[in-house]
Amino acid sequence: MYVAAKGGEKAIRNAHRLLAKRRRGNRNLPDIGLAQIAEQLALAVDRVMAEGSLYDAELAALAVKQARGDLIEAIFLIRAFRTTLPRFGASTPVDTGAMLVRRRVSATFKDLPGGQLLGPTFDYTHRLLGAGLGEGGEAEMMPAEPEAMPRVTDLLGADGLIEPAPAEEGEEPFDITRAPVAFPVDRATRLQMLARGDEGYLLALGYSTQRGFGRTHPFVGEIRFGDVEVSFFAEELGFEVSPGTVQLTECQMVTQFTGSASTPPQFTRGYGLVFGQCERKAMSMALVERALRWAELGEEKGAPAQDEEFVLAHSDNVQATGFVEHLKLPHYVDFQAELDLVRRMRAEREAAASLKEAAE
Amino acid sequence: MNAMVTGSEAEMPEIGYNFAYLDEQTKRMIRRAILKAIAIPGYQVPFAAREMPMPYGWGTGGVQVTAAVLGPDDVLKVIDQGADDTTNAVAIRGFFEKTARVATTTRTGEASVIQTRHRIPEQKLSEDQILVYQVPIPEPLRFLEPRETETRELHALAEYGLMHVKLYEDIARHGHIATTYAYPVEVAGRYVMDPSPIPKFDNPKMDDCPALQLFGAGREKRIYAIPPYTRVVSLDFEDHPFEVQHFAKPCAMCGARGVYLDEVILDDRGGRMFVCSDTDHCETRQAEGHHGEMWGGMLAEDAR
Repeated sequence: MYVAAKGGEKAIRNAHRLLAKRRRGNRNLPDIGLAQIAEQLALAVDRVMAEGSLYDAELAALAVKQARGDLIEAIFLIRAFRTTLPRFGASTPVDTGAMLVRRRVSATFKDLPGGQLLGPTFDYTHRLLGAGLGEGGEAEMMPAEPEAMPRVTDLLGADGLIEPAPAEEGEEPFDITRAPVAFPVDRATRLQMLARGDEGYLLALGYSTQRGFGRTHPFVGEIRFGDVEVSFFAEELGFEVSPGTVQLTECQMVTQFTGSASTPPQFTRGYGLVFGQCERKAMSMALVERALRWAELGEEKGAPAQDEEFVLAHSDNVQATGFVEHLKLPHYVDFQAELDLVRRMRAEREAAASLKEAAE
Repeated sequence: MNAMVTGSEAEMPEIGYNFAYLDEQTKRMIRRAILKAIAIPGYQVPFAAREMPMPYGWGTGGVQVTAAVLGPDDVLKVIDQGADDTTNAVAIRGFFEKTARVATTTRTGEASVIQTRHRIPEQKLSEDQILVYQVPIPEPLRFLEPRETETRELHALAEYGLMHVKLYEDIARHGHIATTYAYPVEVAGRYVMDPSPIPKFDNPKMDDCPALQLFGAGREKRIYAIPPYTRVVSLDFEDHPFEVQHFAKPCAMCGARGVYLDEVILDDRGGRMFVCSDTDHCETRQAEGHHGEMWGGMLAEDAR
């Protein structure tokens, strides 16, 4: 006798219990705490906050823990939680010029007001697997007190050598989490989509522009990472209140532009802004943002990174991973239909072949 | 009505969710999109799909539509591949049991809302029912023209030549139309619509259906609808009329003919059987005393 067994609640329950057990790992080892994750895996937590579009280190640490270190899964957890939160308004634009800077480098000027501040960076480290770190090797270092410093693009802007940042229009920007995106998109939408886009995806696209697929001759005008105060205008109170500070990484890519009939030769910008310390992401975002501006700057289109609908529609890793992984779901109804078709076509082919044989 | 989902770990922040997970503003936004979709049958209405706690591509569009139409008195049925017990159907049913605490059923006749992936139930639906489809790619022209900016214009102009050329090329190459599922339909004489990846076997059930049919595509952020008693025509040619699949044998469990069957491989010597893809339909028939050639005298339900 045959009984069709197609799945079942018990199997799912058991799978989830097994997952919980595997997540915890060997119980002779101490459970990892959220504070430990937030402090010691800070860059993973930063990435989850950035691509999860929710600034909350504790929740991001929880997501990293629950996802067993799978960052896209952690980002997904944060997004699914974020979507349930009420939205009571938009902050006033943050002023990255007033950032209390923990790291700031410019590749375009050797020295500049505020100086080059290396801060906590992997740059210039020798990537030798750390002797002693496994057993808790510790470093002592007193960091400098963070301070505000002018943005390189503002220094260049004073001479009109770089295009000005687009003027603030005063209206609330389009919100990709509250309204469906329609192509072509405006700048705010483009930047939002890039800001929550997958780091690896943007890295590859940005890299492609450096290798000749949409060349833009970029320079890192400035990368800065530090603390920025967020302000919110409370209608009820009639004045601005500050809910707190966020850590941001900002990258301004500076790109040569020969000018047009109405514009003198000047430098143009590609812009990247990301929650936390996510330098690779901010740089990649800036490269791709600049590549996507080909039309407004009268450049030729042809490279993948310049194709707005292609680039933006596939940038979200939660969407991408969901759709790719849904192929694991049962498809037997459709497969049955295809099986039927393939059998039918094979039968027709065989019939035609035997008919031909008979004729010969 | 709040379904609180709280963690057991001491350090975990406490988190609560609204009835059927989505907040009321979001549900209102989705209902507006649904109303527009009903007013323009077959037209894809953009909506601000939310991130859901299940992955994109696993039914987030259907889940959002269901969450928006579900009330506390509804009875929900969820099927995947026609079956109530496939893993994803179980997970989605469990989601609404937990977040909305609605009654659920596996019986097609008892359900007021049916969420489905890839099938339409064999039992005829009634005016009191809503069928919610999970849609992966809502755009019927997508694989002919990948750009949204282009396909939008083609729909606006009712320019469906591309699709007819595709079907014609099938005939030229294979002698018949080689699309077996997600077979395009024309709704109410205007919009060409993707019926979601149901087998074309199910297409005729959409036509003049008494139930409201809603389609949700979460990742692609589109909702579309077929109002009750709307004309739905599968695209074809006069000399190559639309045809559905036929199965040579009846269901091995309940003996049903004229239903969609799943092929089940029994052993490694080529043994196989065909059983109803619609598990409720099959079990109901068995209970009514209909038996197929491999029926073993026990209801599949009891054996589990």
